Amino acid sequence: MPYVLNTPQDQADMLAAIGVSSVEELFEMVPAELRLDRALDIPAAMSEMELTAHMQALSGRTRNADDTVCFLGGGSYDHFIPAVVDYVSGRGEFYTSYTPYQAEASQGNLQAFFEYQTLITQLTGMDVSNASLYDGGSSASEAVLMCIGATRRSGKVVIPACVHPEYRQIVETFLTNLNVQVEVLETPEGLVQPDQLASILDDTTACVLFQQPNFFGGVQDMKELVEITHKAGALAVVAVDPISLGLLTPPGSYDADIVVAEGQSLGSPMAFGGPYLGIMACKEDFVRRMPGRLAGQTVDRRGKRCWALTLQTREQHIRRERATSNICTNQGLFALRASVYLAQMGPQGLRDVANLSLQKSRYAAEQISANERFSLAFDTPTFKEFVVRDAAGEVESLIKHALSQGYFAGVPLGQWYPDMADCFLVCVTEKRTKAEIEGLATCLAQAPANAAAVR
Amino acid sequence: MRNTLATKLLFELSQPGRRGGLMPACDVPEHSVDELLPGACVAAEPPPLPELAEPDVIRHYANLSQQNMSVDTHTYPLGSCTMKYNPKRNERFAALPGMANVHPYQPDESLQGMLQLLYEVQQILAEIGGLDAVSLQPAAGAQGELTALLVAAAYYRDTNQTSRRKVLIPDSAHGTNPASAAMAGFDTVTVKSTPKGYVDMDDFRSKLDETVAVFMITNPNTLGMFDRLIKEIADAVHDAGGLIYLDGANMNAILGITRPGDFGADMMHYNPHKTFSGPHGGGGPGAGPIAVRSKLEPYLPSPVVVKEGDEYRLAFDRPKSIGRVRSFFGNTGVLVRAYSYIRTHGPDGLKRVSENAVLNANYLLSRVKHIFPVPQGDRCMHEFVASASSLKSEKGITAMDIGKRLLDFGFHAPTVYFPPIVKEALMVEPTETESKASLDSLAETLFRITEEDAEFLHEAPHSTLISRPDEVKAARDPVLSWQPGTQA
Ligand SMILES: Cc1ncc(COP(=O)(O)O)c(C=O)c1O
Repeated sequence: MPYVLNTPQDQADMLAAIGVSSVEELFEMVPAELRLDRALDIPAAMSEMELTAHMQALSGRTRNADDTVCFLGGGSYDHFIPAVVDYVSGRGEFYTSYTPYQAEASQGNLQAFFEYQTLITQLTGMDVSNASLYDGGSSASEAVLMCIGATRRSGKVVIPACVHPEYRQIVETFLTNLNVQVEVLETPEGLVQPDQLASILDDTTACVLFQQPNFFGGVQDMKELVEITHKAGALAVVAVDPISLGLLTPPGSYDADIVVAEGQSLGSPMAFGGPYLGIMACKEDFVRRMPGRLAGQTVDRRGKRCWALTLQTREQHIRRERATSNICTNQGLFALRASVYLAQMGPQGLRDVANLSLQKSRYAAEQISANERFSLAFDTPTFKEFVVRDAAGEVESLIKHALSQGYFAGVPLGQWYPDMADCFLVCVTEKRTKAEIEGLATCLAQAPANAAAVR
Repeated sequence: MRNTLATKLLFELSQPGRRGGLMPACDVPEHSVDELLPGACVAAEPPPLPELAEPDVIRHYANLSQQNMSVDTHTYPLGSCTMKYNPKRNERFAALPGMANVHPYQPDESLQGMLQLLYEVQQILAEIGGLDAVSLQPAAGAQGELTALLVAAAYYRDTNQTSRRKVLIPDSAHGTNPASAAMAGFDTVTVKSTPKGYVDMDDFRSKLDETVAVFMITNPNTLGMFDRLIKEIADAVHDAGGLIYLDGANMNAILGITRPGDFGADMMHYNPHKTFSGPHGGGGPGAGPIAVRSKLEPYLPSPVVVKEGDEYRLAFDRPKSIGRVRSFFGNTGVLVRAYSYIRTHGPDGLKRVSENAVLNANYLLSRVKHIFPVPQGDRCMHEFVASASSLKSEKGITAMDIGKRLLDFGFHAPTVYFPPIVKEALMVEPTETESKASLDSLAETLFRITEEDAEFLHEAPHSTLISRPDEVKAARDPVLSWQPGTQA
């Protein structure tokens, strides 16, 4: 019982003060027939030392980006995390505090969230950011719900096939009981074709969920796509990779209505998928439909500048079933991490990270496709990811082989795209060195394949 | 002692030309960006982020941190939030390379340690809840609620009961309950509570019919009382063909004592960031794993972790699954901390946690009930709700005044004005990680505050960095980001 302070003497004194003779008596409210009459069947307690050994053993049986060269992406990225990020988020005054409902005792968090909101608007070129949602996927689905409300159109939402397939799955899950259809816009060339977009939109379409760079790494001019969307009276939601905004035009500049992002790449560990950071920013017009907390600037009674949670009448604790969302606990600590990351990197640092990722990824694409077994699936500009097609069609054994040689080579795409069972997605961040990239290319080139299958 | 320079906004501290993070030179042949990307897609300038050096960043945030109250530094008796001590070993374990540096799309064979841990968490949460199957995917309690309701909807669709459109929710419930029900596409129906927060049985019976899909109940309820009639309520809902959802935010009171599945719940969520010591992080992250009865298992989100022989794998091939509610596996890092907490305690230890949480709450209740009326009576589970309504009518002192004044004495405020069924509510949850001495001090402080002058209390807090913020102004003309050219 390492975390309980009551000694047997304290307990006796407290029971006496309450006026009962045993702790058992305090539970009288729980009917006897509903009590568990045995011990929970869970593993026995461990001391810190034993547990440390156990956790190290579990960790040791999990390969990771420290012992295996990581070329995996698809929304979770092995970017470098500066030490300052861990230092700040490891301060107990930040990580053991609660939601800043008591502003006077939480100015540190509130100012940090206000700064986070500002940094996200600077990054995206949008008017307003909230103080975080759970992750990129649930941000995307929340944005879609906002659009259905704002347009009063509940026929369908359009999602191109080149958008993260898990985002589409989440939106589908959220919309099942709301009778709104999700229509997939095929993207056989790896990008959205403007004419095909125009023809799929109708006057019941609430929005299009775009992604830039898209799930296949592809980058395209977004302006025309957003114009087409607006012409049809629908709203444009754009999912972005925040690192890419070190180089790419901000979505605000091409008139996106809502921007969502997976914020993990801004200084958070991959941690097998979470906790991450759901970024959401929008145009001023939609702020009252926004889900999640907002920190706002105001003054105190002495006229001093300060911060407080604001526009709370959108939220569940005030509005209950008419709230803009059910979200309560958010990802505050990861919003803090993203802020520290952006503050540390600054404009030039972020541009450098983006450029290194771009250059190295291009180099990797050239190196891998130099072998005739491999080709790039799409002839499009890409940012830090690209799709490789294996002429031998043996992606699974290829990935296995690479793992045995110390590489996480890529993400097989057949699980989401049955017609791409011979493809995998490769990601190259600024952390990958020339030697690692060449090592991967060599490893893939030397992987055994059923020779007959190679053209 | 305050460093007001360092706590200017990042943007005000920015100096052109300052750099923090420097990147290595490019070690591969470099092309011009315009060769690689369409010109229209490339920004002329990088985003207008602040320019700071590393010492700027550290001094800024170290000073900001000191403007927060936190569990590490203060008693934080915030009802419903279970602000217990956050063990440091948890943080160390979550940072191990095989926990922190693991990509969610690694092949299963490279994930065996992680999958074993998650599989054990599934098993343990099923056992603690007295239920059969678990999904670790939801990112917080609210998302757990939504997920479970989507599971219920899928179950009803699959069994041709789509006329079940209603979700019953007590008026004492947390706001996430009705908000989740609405998001899942159900109609919400409010059920009245008695003054002790129990379900009003007459009102409940009058609203129960064959269109009810789910009754969402919080037990122990938001007044910190265990509803003795829970089994009767569950039986009635089951007889009417409905399901019981248990909001598990209050599990800290009943670990190893009674199990939701044993008192009739068909589905529940946990808040590991409350019950199992995941730190709250200034608002998050949390996690919201759900546990369900076996008949609902096929509808749980995918993937789940399965064990075959000695091998663990992620199972995606689950045709009746509702799909996904978030990307990747879930808030794994929070689950690692919960696992560490549970393995530190074992079965007896968890029971001791609840016993001491209930002991501390009852002790504090016995010390403050002479000061504030506690409508629920002399006994509680892990928390209680006192009312400042007589102080308000006699002296004009509000629950908010008391909460604010507590800050001056180094205590975080209790939750105020929740649950909505108690006037001038002060919801107090001390948790098991406070000492008798700190509870005594809190009780004495509360007494002292009630003796203070009302005008003085309206102006509280007096010793914090700021006085009460003008929230009306904040909402009337919202300033949600810093604008260039504005001054401190
Ligand atoms: C009773 C109750 N239910 C549900 C929730 C929602 O949980 P979360 O904040 O993890 O989404 C809370 C949390 O504040 C709560 O106290």
